[in-house]
Amino acid sequence: MQAVALAVAVCFSVGATDSGVRLNDLSHRLMCQCGCAQLLGECDHMGCPSREPEMAELKAAIAAGLSDKEIFAAFSAKYGAVVLAAPTTHGFDLVAWIAPFAVFAAALLGTILLVRRWTIGKSEAAAQTADPAMDELREKIRRETDNSGQ
Amino acid sequence: MAAFGSFALLIALALAAWNLLAGAVALRLIATGQKAAISPERLADTARRAGIAGFWAVTAAAFALIWSVFTNDFSIAYILEHSNRALPAAYKFSALWSGQEGSLLLWAWLLGAYGFVLRLTHKQDVKLYAYAGAILAGIQVFFLAILCFAAPPFALFQGQIPEDGAGLNPLLQYPEMVIHPPMLYLGYVGFSVPFAFALGALMMRYPGEKWIKITRVWTMVTWLFLTCGIFLGMHWAYAVLGWGGYWGWDPVENASFMPWLTGTAFLHSVMMQEKKGMMKSWNVWLIFTTFLLTLLGTLLTRAGLVSSVHAFAQSSIGTWFTVFMGIVLAVCIFTYILQRDHLKSEQRVESLVSRESSFLFNNLVLLAACFVILWGTLFPILSEYVVGNKVTVGAPWYNAVAIPIGLFLLFLTGVGPLLPWRASSLRAIRRNFVLPSIALWGTVIVCLSVGVRPWKDGAIDQGHFYALVAFALSAAVLTAIFSEFLRGARVISKQSRRNFFAAIYLLIRRNTRRYGGYMIHIGVVIVVIGLAGGAFNRNVESEMALNDKITIGPYTLEQVGATQDSNANYNSEYARLDVSKGGKKLFQMTPEKRVYLASEQPQTMVAIHSTPEWDLYVVYEGTNPDTGQPIIKAFLNPLVSWIWAGVALMALATVIALVPSAKPGAQKGGNSGA
Repeated sequence: MQAVALAVAVCFSVGATDSGVRLNDLSHRLMCQCGCAQLLGECDHMGCPSREPEMAELKAAIAAGLSDKEIFAAFSAKYGAVVLAAPTTHGFDLVAWIAPFAVFAAALLGTILLVRRWTIGKSEAAAQTADPAMDELREKIRRETDNSGQ
Repeated sequence: MAAFGSFALLIALALAAWNLLAGAVALRLIATGQKAAISPERLADTARRAGIAGFWAVTAAAFALIWSVFTNDFSIAYILEHSNRALPAAYKFSALWSGQEGSLLLWAWLLGAYGFVLRLTHKQDVKLYAYAGAILAGIQVFFLAILCFAAPPFALFQGQIPEDGAGLNPLLQYPEMVIHPPMLYLGYVGFSVPFAFALGALMMRYPGEKWIKITRVWTMVTWLFLTCGIFLGMHWAYAVLGWGGYWGWDPVENASFMPWLTGTAFLHSVMMQEKKGMMKSWNVWLIFTTFLLTLLGTLLTRAGLVSSVHAFAQSSIGTWFTVFMGIVLAVCIFTYILQRDHLKSEQRVESLVSRESSFLFNNLVLLAACFVILWGTLFPILSEYVVGNKVTVGAPWYNAVAIPIGLFLLFLTGVGPLLPWRASSLRAIRRNFVLPSIALWGTVIVCLSVGVRPWKDGAIDQGHFYALVAFALSAAVLTAIFSEFLRGARVISKQSRRNFFAAIYLLIRRNTRRYGGYMIHIGVVIVVIGLAGGAFNRNVESEMALNDKITIGPYTLEQVGATQDSNANYNSEYARLDVSKGGKKLFQMTPEKRVYLASEQPQTMVAIHSTPEWDLYVVYEGTNPDTGQPIIKAFLNPLVSWIWAGVALMALATVIALVPSAKPGAQKGGNSGA
């Protein structure tokens, strides 16, 4: 009997810990709506009119077994998209995620191509400015030194 | 005093306008060789003297405002809104920058002060300084025009004057707030000087790179101020706001960070121009961009474009800033197009794997980081404009996008010094990279063995993953930099038969710029290690009756008393918490909540116990209205003190880099003499 009670207690405590972790995680992906521009999980200003109601809604949603997506949809429907701490990954919001990496990749590629063009241009220029007389002299020295070695 | 202040501002405006116009006419006459009734040199000198006099006029206006704060002159609306009789003297100074009008006056005063120093040292290069002085005067005209017509700090209160003022915002009643804004403003305003030199040098087709040398010192000093300003702001946010963090990616924080990034890029790429005559156009545009970003930051703060905890009240000065930025950009583009043939590079990068290309990539990454922050800051406005849907771009987005770019930058910080100038053989590269690679993988193994694992419950834990990468890269970068020091010190030690520490000192002394720069990099790495510690933060919140205990990490906190206090400025409630570790009492902490009487606004005063390992950070969140018991939130924030230590090293190293290097002969002689 004691073992069963312990098992039940452990199950509940595990559930409580999981929901606590999830609450912490989700509250850091939502914004407090009092105008403080802080994450819900970090809003700390005294007498905040929004934090407690929002946290209560979040706890209720977690307890009701809603998925993260469903919770975000419910909060967005009630408070608007500004309640989400980051843009979503669909529609125009996707541009927010893609643009930085696209610009970075383009700039990286552009720089690599530019440097390559400079280095190739330099070696070609070096080839063009090579003196044929000097080449001939080098060849002569090579031949003569080869002969002397024999 | 209000009339005196207003009059001083009007005189300052007239003097700045004369400085601009007379300076521009004189320089035009000199450039074209036209004859005029007055010699252009004398006209330019009157312009310079007007600039010096203008500084004193703005100083008089700033003095008038401070005097009004100290004498509680509530007939001035600004004083009424930002001060009160019981405000401690140190914070009365803070009133100067606590509101829109006062902070603009501070801006104008600092700009005047920079201009004053510049005009006094004009003999270094009379013509270039005349150009720079006229451009600074143009900027000053803009700020003084705002102060005279759009945001007058000496506007009188209309109606019955109250007995006492509304008081200073409680958030600003903290010692760092007496230093942080002026530091930040010194940084912001300071970038006007390299901007003026760059634009002036381009306008006059300045021969050679001397202007770069002059600008470098100004830029480094400015960069130092901005760095200190940003980190003081972080420390203030950490100690006052009470949410356990120091950086919230707030638009105003971002606004200060963007010019820091481009300024940092400039400080690196300018070396390429000095050493190789490369990247001339790039450097000019970097400094133009940095200056424009300081204006953009001010626009964001003051025009109400984005929501922020820092933003000033919305006002019409946003339009002024937008127009001014437009004018500045137009002048920059016009001058660049006209003079761009003067900026042709003398050399080009010879190899993709070289010190030169590492500078290019370093600049690229710094600008990419700047773009990311600008993009994140402005995306809510863009989204609202394009699809009519305002969104929030907060910490989760920045953590996902900016941190990888930051880590790449850290990687380049280590790689850059390992690469030689021009081109490098594969063998040399391999030799230079052996030790850093060992340090990197060694750190990964140590971290994994002590439990820093980038996965949790079968999934990747983003925070821990980034922390692991940051620690490993930090170890590699530190190894690379220390190897540089060791190599140099060993040679000097051999040559001069000095001990190791004397050799290190001599090494730094002989090339302060290079080794000061490396020390700045060490500071940056230490900051990164501190930031990475944030991935392991934990917290606990609890209502605590007398003798109740909470445990966080190795610490146990026991409530041994909750009490109240009051003085002329505020009422306070605080809890006394005995902190013990392993059953042994260590110290007592007293987190506090204040309610300021004048403004009736509450404010937390966080209790922090800092060690190199972590900070124990305790917040008094208030009392439970049902039980009357205090609610305490405790955080255990690992490695936070590393951030402040890293910044202190960065500041010290910047000062070292500013000291001229000793010539080997002189040093030797000096030492032998000693």
